Amino acid sequence: MDNRIFKDESNSQILHALMADTDISIDDALENEMILNMGPQHPATHGVLRLLLRLDGETVMACVPELGYLHRGYEKLAENMSYMEYVPHTDRLDYTSTMCNNVAYVLAVEKLAGIEVPKRAQYIRMLMAELSRIAGHLIAIGTFAMDVGALTVLLWAFREREKIQDFYDIVAGARFTTSYTRIGGVAADVTDEALAMIKNFIDNFDPAVDEIEKILNTNRIFIDRLEGIGILSKEDAIRLGVTGPTLRGSGVEHDIRRSNPYLFYNEVDFKVPVYTEGDCLARYFVRVEEVRESAKIVRQILEKMPKGEVRANSPKKVLPYKTEIYTKMEELIHDFMIVNFGMNPPAGEVYSAVENPKGELGFYIVSNGKGSPWRFKIRSPSFCNIQALPTMIKGNMISDVVAIIGSIDPVMGEADK
Amino acid sequence: MELKEVIIEKLNGTIKDAVLEVSDFRGDLCLVIRPEKFLQTCRFLKDDDELGFDMCEDVTAIDWAKRKNRFTTVYHVYSLKNKFRLRLKVNLEGEMAESVTSIWASANWYERETFDMFGIKFTGHPDLRRVYMPEEFEYHPLIKEFPLLGIPGSIPLPKK
Amino acid sequence: MGLEAKLTSDGFITTTIDAVIAWARKNSVWPMPMGISCCAIEMMASVDPKYDLSRFGSEVMRFSPRQSDLMIVAGTVTYKMAKVVKKIYDQMPDPKWVIAMGACTSTGGMYRTYSVVQGIDQFLPVDVYTAGCPPRPENLINALIEIQDIISKTRGRDYQDKPLLEMGFSKQ
Repeated sequence: MDNRIFKDESNSQILHALMADTDISIDDALENEMILNMGPQHPATHGVLRLLLRLDGETVMACVPELGYLHRGYEKLAENMSYMEYVPHTDRLDYTSTMCNNVAYVLAVEKLAGIEVPKRAQYIRMLMAELSRIAGHLIAIGTFAMDVGALTVLLWAFREREKIQDFYDIVAGARFTTSYTRIGGVAADVTDEALAMIKNFIDNFDPAVDEIEKILNTNRIFIDRLEGIGILSKEDAIRLGVTGPTLRGSGVEHDIRRSNPYLFYNEVDFKVPVYTEGDCLARYFVRVEEVRESAKIVRQILEKMPKGEVRANSPKKVLPYKTEIYTKMEELIHDFMIVNFGMNPPAGEVYSAVENPKGELGFYIVSNGKGSPWRFKIRSPSFCNIQALPTMIKGNMISDVVAIIGSIDPVMGEADK
Repeated sequence: MELKEVIIEKLNGTIKDAVLEVSDFRGDLCLVIRPEKFLQTCRFLKDDDELGFDMCEDVTAIDWAKRKNRFTTVYHVYSLKNKFRLRLKVNLEGEMAESVTSIWASANWYERETFDMFGIKFTGHPDLRRVYMPEEFEYHPLIKEFPLLGIPGSIPLPKK
Repeated sequence: MGLEAKLTSDGFITTTIDAVIAWARKNSVWPMPMGISCCAIEMMASVDPKYDLSRFGSEVMRFSPRQSDLMIVAGTVTYKMAKVVKKIYDQMPDPKWVIAMGACTSTGGMYRTYSVVQGIDQFLPVDVYTAGCPPRPENLINALIEIQDIISKTRGRDYQDKPLLEMGFSKQ
């Protein structure tokens, strides 16, 4: 879009025609300003985020994000299906780290139904969630580096991520959309061979991170493009309710694994990285350190992994094992009832939140005692991080917009729901 | 004294008759607040030094379908200082609610989402537009009467 | 090797222009990655060192529709997004092909809801449908090979350069 267009008499008409297919409200362009549309199909907006930018020269004066291009109606879907059926849908929320969502969802339902889960199952969930966190952050770092011009890192990050997806393949039977957790446990036990493979991977993982850090941290262009860009102060971060690495990059030490521990995070030792600068570089550092911390947690989990059952013994609410369904009458009846009518949690409402790679993922479930939830709300971290975008972008150059979006790493699958 | 008791006691002490109902299901403290006193309660919860609920994590609503006052708005607020999450609920009369954006700026988009999905109008909201569905869309999808598959032809498709 | 051996011994080959163009086209398909949701990550994975789409001459992902001839629609297309997809498709120069990657794009998949288009063939001509949610990278590569098959069978007369004709150029 050119400046000259807006000096024309029919200024407002043209603007109106341009905005015809949208509902973004932005003030009319002034004499020296122009409006630039970015997205929803743009390589750097991580999916289908759309931004409308008002520019003065190359400086962004205002920014209006528009969402909804991937609104799939998750909440309405949940009201129409049983609790068990919904597990596969959680994969597709934050699709870069599928296992974390699986874990988050079943924890919420178990909290509602009051199911005690065996310790081994909880440890397996922790293990998978942390591997998933590594996978998610690797994509975040890779695409972030790609956004500011370093394609190599993306390929390296994907190389490591593929190894994690191979474990998914062995453990869950799918390399991407895992749907591994079940209400009351996990789908299948992790074999010793798989654990040995994971151990082997995690032992050789640090050099790979070192490699990525070496190429990025010593790169003048990378540092110059991120340092002091997209600053979000501590007060703004709390005011705008950002979460995850974005919050910790602004100097707020808040990690749900530490502040309100779930699973067995109080039994493992890890550090919560915090940076006070609040710029893009700080958020990148937080992510890299979190990858290292996750690797540390995985090592501890592998050492501490207890033996035992991987599914709770609560026949009215938890699916029995497949072998038992085929051999025992009682189990067959329970399986039939749970699959067809759903398990019936007591009437009530719970909110359960976990720390995902992107931040706090919460599920708010209102149950009326029937097989499907009455109201199901997803509190997605990307959504509230995008809310802080205008504040971060304002006053920066147009080329920094790409870096800022990359630094908060939104996933539209969960932002749009 | 436990924090949950402190919250209730402090609220009852400062704002009279604000809390209509207290429930504690599975460890989640939930307060039902009188609609007229809601903004005052929120401001107190945020500004009080001891409580310090400085983050609004979520705003949503429940559609009860058959009740007379069918909508209930639900707020989740978090205190970084106490590491505690509190749920506030307001039973609305009609479709109007008061916006809390003046207290917690982060409520802005959550309220827009609630408006988009339920049609609840928040008074005092700076920019109440739809956030997910197109602006020309006439319905509010999460209302119970709205069918899961939508209303055919309500959103046009481009021609082949 | 076939071609080199023939060229070095005889010094010439006989073929039709159509066949040469189709052969060249099929081995240098430039995809336009219409990455919308989950499938986009698997599409990225198919370019990574493990699966390496460049073995089939398609590593040049062009985010500008004007430079590409294959659109990979990867992810759930909502009604709101449909207009955008169509607009981008219209900007691609002829000849062009479309892969509907994954269940959502092909049929709406698991999202039978008010906001999801139940299959993009309602507004786009799709050449190859890919199964899976999301399809594994191997499956996407398979779809690409099928597209190559389709391209190798196309001939010049199938594509009339309509804008040129309208501008008054005669077709010779």
